[in-house]
Amino acid sequence: MSLTSPAQVQVTSPAAAARRWTARSWPELNNPAAWIVALILLIMPLIANGFFLIEIFGTTMILGIIALSLMFLAGYGGMVSLMQLTIAGFAGYMYAIFGVSGHPNISMGWPWWLATPMALALATIFGTLGGALAVRTAGIYTIMITLAIAAAFYFFTNQNYVIFNGHTGINNIATPHFLNVDWRSDIPFYYVVLAVAALCYLAVEYLSRAPFGLALQGVRDNPRRMAALGFNVNAHRVAAYAFASFVASLAGILQVWNYRQISPGSVGVEGCIDILIIAIVGGITRPVGPFIGALIFVILRTFALDFLVKIGLDGNRFRLLIGLGFLAVVFWSSDGMIGLWERWQRRNRSGAMQAKGTPGHG
Amino acid sequence: MHVDGVACALFWVCAPVGASPRRPRGSEVADVTRFIERHPAWALLAILAIASLLWLIFAIWPPGLEEAFGRKKVFLNAVFNGITLGGLYFLVASGFTLIFGLMRNVNLAHGSLYLFGGYVGYAISTWTGSWILSFIVAFIAVALVGVVLQIAVFRRMEGQELRQTMVTIGLSIVFADLMLSAFGGDFYQIQTPRWLIGPLELPLATAVKSSGEPVYLQYPIVRLVIFAASVVIGVAMWLGLNRTRIGMIIRAGVDDRDILAATGVRVQLVFVLVFALGAGLAGFAGVVGGTFQSISYGEDTRFLLASLVVVIVGGMGSIPGAALGALIIGLAEQLGSVYIPTYAIAVTFLIMVLVLALRPQGLLAR
Repeated sequence: MSLTSPAQVQVTSPAAAARRWTARSWPELNNPAAWIVALILLIMPLIANGFFLIEIFGTTMILGIIALSLMFLAGYGGMVSLMQLTIAGFAGYMYAIFGVSGHPNISMGWPWWLATPMALALATIFGTLGGALAVRTAGIYTIMITLAIAAAFYFFTNQNYVIFNGHTGINNIATPHFLNVDWRSDIPFYYVVLAVAALCYLAVEYLSRAPFGLALQGVRDNPRRMAALGFNVNAHRVAAYAFASFVASLAGILQVWNYRQISPGSVGVEGCIDILIIAIVGGITRPVGPFIGALIFVILRTFALDFLVKIGLDGNRFRLLIGLGFLAVVFWSSDGMIGLWERWQRRNRSGAMQAKGTPGHG
Repeated sequence: MHVDGVACALFWVCAPVGASPRRPRGSEVADVTRFIERHPAWALLAILAIASLLWLIFAIWPPGLEEAFGRKKVFLNAVFNGITLGGLYFLVASGFTLIFGLMRNVNLAHGSLYLFGGYVGYAISTWTGSWILSFIVAFIAVALVGVVLQIAVFRRMEGQELRQTMVTIGLSIVFADLMLSAFGGDFYQIQTPRWLIGPLELPLATAVKSSGEPVYLQYPIVRLVIFAASVVIGVAMWLGLNRTRIGMIIRAGVDDRDILAATGVRVQLVFVLVFALGAGLAGFAGVVGGTFQSISYGEDTRFLLASLVVVIVGGMGSIPGAALGALIIGLAEQLGSVYIPTYAIAVTFLIMVLVLALRPQGLLAR
């Protein structure tokens, strides 16, 4: 699955050219595994009960979307931003403030179809401004600045009672009801999340091959050369932040619909770092990585307690497990699960070629 | 431009930011005069701000000002709290900036080192009852952790700045959880020794009684002593960096590691030493923080944020920058929490934004 392939100079019929163009732009179309995964996700409500549907798969996809926005920035733009969860949380807070909630003195009581675009727009602006600050320096400084923004927002929501209702946060947030469907009941909500996740995934996949995405990757690899070629390096970076912020704020809206509440705990520094862990563990070279990472993270988070107790350890040491797993990934597989998978495939392939090669493992 | 070729997309070496040609170090007085010559408007603004702050501190406030602004005692207390908090921030951030400057390692586990120092100090002071000893032991213990980290972890991934930073994130999670399991979520306060308990009367009048007798400010001795200690440490560090051979080696390393190594200096040894010093300072600061505030789960994040903001404001890798940044952030935080309580963090954050917008490399970065 090559992300870019050199343009082939061949004279063929327009239909064949169009077919090849589709296949080149969307390599997933030729990948049977992608079709199988898509099918399984579509019929999931037939297989899984409400708990698995929302707590495992819904949460996975929401966290995956946030991590996807980080993957886009880090993988294609070379900017590791730790404020993606903050942007999502900002969107959630804005939805709670403009929409309907159990705090009539804070919430403005707008209907959901007005509050949602408002929240998306404000969160995108917030993220873009944060990005515009972060691109004033480069490289590892980005981590410091975005982490500072994330931590400052967390402490701010914690101590501000006028807008953010301090430590308690905002509860009983109304979720959309229309066409006689409660869109927060398990099955409709699952499909909403699935649709948004698929859209975001395809958008990132598409952008990575669009001129903008290619220019962004050029900026990542050699900003000076791109500047010399006439590209506005900082504008590309800020635009990447704007896109990533929009993706993250979509997830933030879904998050707030899911939990129907938002509090400083939802935008904590730990959570921001979890998003980074998800993206890194999954792998930041492909848009599918963050979703894999999110699935692993959610399964660990849900079942680690029981598992740890079962093997005779303290069930509260879940974060220790996460931290050690993250360290292991950073130490041994620099591009996460995707890297492991690719290495395994490569070894299999070379093994098949040598006909007596050892079968790949792990 | 092949995307497949970037499998290790995360771990390319970031281009150093401050790659502008270094100028030789002149005396600091010359720096100040040059700054005034180049930016007369900013210099005037700074002088006016300092002058009005001094006036607010030393003058007896006219009644109109007290009505508009609250009592002078509240203001003076906030200023003193801000300055002493700045001292604490400086202790934490100076280690952070030192490690960053030399090794380009953004040590996001620095807050954990601070917290660990605080817990060690608490354990020692309750066990032996000696406050001074708790400082020494915390410094040594955390410095040893730093040595182990540098030798066992960071040396293996030299030059891979982003990867090192990722590792420090992983370490901070592991450390935080280990400390949570060992000490729980309780608040610990380190006992102040008896000879430091009680207030000191400062020669600063807060008000005038109706009899014409001035009322002087009372301020806890322990905070003043700790502040004095942080000033002494700061000056010692500055002297050590600028007047000694090892300091010269460290400064040379900040400017160009490779050439320094080529001249025959054992760079790895210098790295270990600097990491130990930076970590030890964080541990020392942990005891300070445990004495004049308290230590608990979550404080690591707070002090990590403080170090980040201080270093971003002051200039990355610069010790005087860390001092200036710590003072500004400490004052902003305390004055903010007195006068605009629910927006105090926003003030700190706005200062950072302002600095990034006007001078992205930080106020005192070279």
